[in-house]
Amino acid sequence: MSLFALDAGRLGLHRRRKAMNAVALTLSLGAMAFGLFWLAWILFETIRLGIGGMALTVFTEMTPPPMADSGGLLNAIVGSLLMVSLATALGTPIGILCGIYLAEYGKGRWLGNVTGFINDILLSAPSIVIGLFIYAVVVAQVKSFSGFAGILALALIVIPVVVRTTENMLSLIPNALREAAYALGTPKWKVISSVTLRAARAGVITGVLLALARIAGETAPLLFTALNNQFFTSNLGEPMASLPVTIFKYAMSPYENWRELAWVGVFLITLGVLGLNILARVLFRKKH
Amino acid sequence: MSATLPAQNLPPEEAAARALPGGAPPTHTQRSPWADKAFAFAAQSAAWITLALLAGIMASLVFGAWPAIQEFGIGFLFSTDWDPVEDKYGGLVMIYGTLMSAAIALIIAVPVSFGIALFLTELAPGWLRRPLGVAIELLAAVPSIVYGMWGLLVFGPILATYVQAPLQSAFGDVPFLGTLFSGPPVGIGLLSAGIILAIMVIPFIASVMRDVFETTPALLKESAYGLGATTWEVVSKVVLPYTKTGVVGAIMLGLGRALGETMAVTFVIGNFSQVSSLSLFEAANSITAAIANEFAEADTKLHQPALMYLGLVLFFITFCVLALSKLLLMRMKRGEGTRT
Repeated sequence: MSLFALDAGRLGLHRRRKAMNAVALTLSLGAMAFGLFWLAWILFETIRLGIGGMALTVFTEMTPPPMADSGGLLNAIVGSLLMVSLATALGTPIGILCGIYLAEYGKGRWLGNVTGFINDILLSAPSIVIGLFIYAVVVAQVKSFSGFAGILALALIVIPVVVRTTENMLSLIPNALREAAYALGTPKWKVISSVTLRAARAGVITGVLLALARIAGETAPLLFTALNNQFFTSNLGEPMASLPVTIFKYAMSPYENWRELAWVGVFLITLGVLGLNILARVLFRKKH
Repeated sequence: MSATLPAQNLPPEEAAARALPGGAPPTHTQRSPWADKAFAFAAQSAAWITLALLAGIMASLVFGAWPAIQEFGIGFLFSTDWDPVEDKYGGLVMIYGTLMSAAIALIIAVPVSFGIALFLTELAPGWLRRPLGVAIELLAAVPSIVYGMWGLLVFGPILATYVQAPLQSAFGDVPFLGTLFSGPPVGIGLLSAGIILAIMVIPFIASVMRDVFETTPALLKESAYGLGATTWEVVSKVVLPYTKTGVVGAIMLGLGRALGETMAVTFVIGNFSQVSSLSLFEAANSITAAIANEFAEADTKLHQPALMYLGLVLFFITFCVLALSKLLLMRMKRGEGTRT
């Protein structure tokens, strides 16, 4: 009798534990579905609303005045491409060098430790603060918004991303490779530039692509550095239009044609950013 | 023997040239010592530039905010006036908006991220893990302006009709909840901002949590499974205690992101700098949204310094949160393998 009661108690406990497990795992499955649901919804809406306004004129005409019949995003697209590419060109070498310092020189030194720590904070620091910084240092001094200021602000966002990936990738290179090169009498700069950096190439390029994807969609640091421009310009000394800032302005406006163009812009940016991300992953995977 | 070693067949003068004089090393050990120094110098300068960046940001914010700091002092943080016409500024409304929207975001994001991390590490079959992980990481890559625009034009109206209006009619008369849910249900305000932020930080928290969960030694988990533990028991009683430092670090990272996020919040928070009630539906303001909207048009006398002051406060808060997150994650990493 008592044995039977014990059994019943055990079975009850067992059932409770199993039920608890089932509930937890169902919730976990639900959380996963919840996360994917937003991704699917956002992508679906961007494609649906973006494709609708897609036309050749988007790439051939300037941003229109409100309520105009036609118009495109040419100046914004060109401005974005110009600023993003120059900012990447400016930030990448500094980022790679700093990453090299962290991985090859600074291990265990205070400068290495502190820089690594600070870099990780800069990686997630609010991008609008970077905009404020460039405003105070550049725009307020020369008293004019300019494409240059926008490039500087974006470059400051590129640096920490590239530093982090470069350091991680260089740290993955086995020490035997370095030792073999040193044993042949290779000087350190050559070991780094033609052995370790070359071995880590795919990872470093991945980092640069991710940085590119990150700044392509950045709006906040451009708001009061490059500002905006209704007209086409390739003069970096003037305010310059960019896709994200144009989207911001147009999406908040009450005009139908502006909103439609904003959706097209969002579609283009999403396409570009996700494309770069997927490219980076494919590239990295092929190598490893 | 002599036939197999070619060096011994050398003409005598050449063999003499090859022998080391008195065991001394050859003189040209380094072809270009300057290249080595120059390279090390360049790398070190780049590290200094990164450090200088942080110092520069702080210095420029303090410098830019100085007139406002002198004028309003620490009372700036507790005052709710924001009146560009009268030149009176206080940041409490924005600070409240920033903290409150980030809090709403975390309340939603933490359990969901935990569920996702649990699914990716324990439940998903091997072939599904990678694509699902990539999908979650792509969610992190979508630019914030896309979230903002989607939130304003697509999600906001739906939230207003299907969530806010029913909440209002259900709880409108309950004392405390009634205040929280008062105001016009238009899909703009703290609640919308919090939800959009939650969607944005879920991928960050989830992917760090997943990485942290994966550091649990398989031996520990297998031992628990061997004793008959269920998956949930293994996660809650083995994995979670083992990784708790890292989990808190991941949450802090998400918090840092949520506090500093600009565009998504600017679109949906409503940009209204007066607090009239504690309602979550009322248009509000956050530090980032105030800076994004007002800075370019602000006059330089006190308005810009006040916005800089807000930027300084934001930078200080996020710096502390992110530093804490990094320290926790580092401790987690250092402890790896030392505990059994």
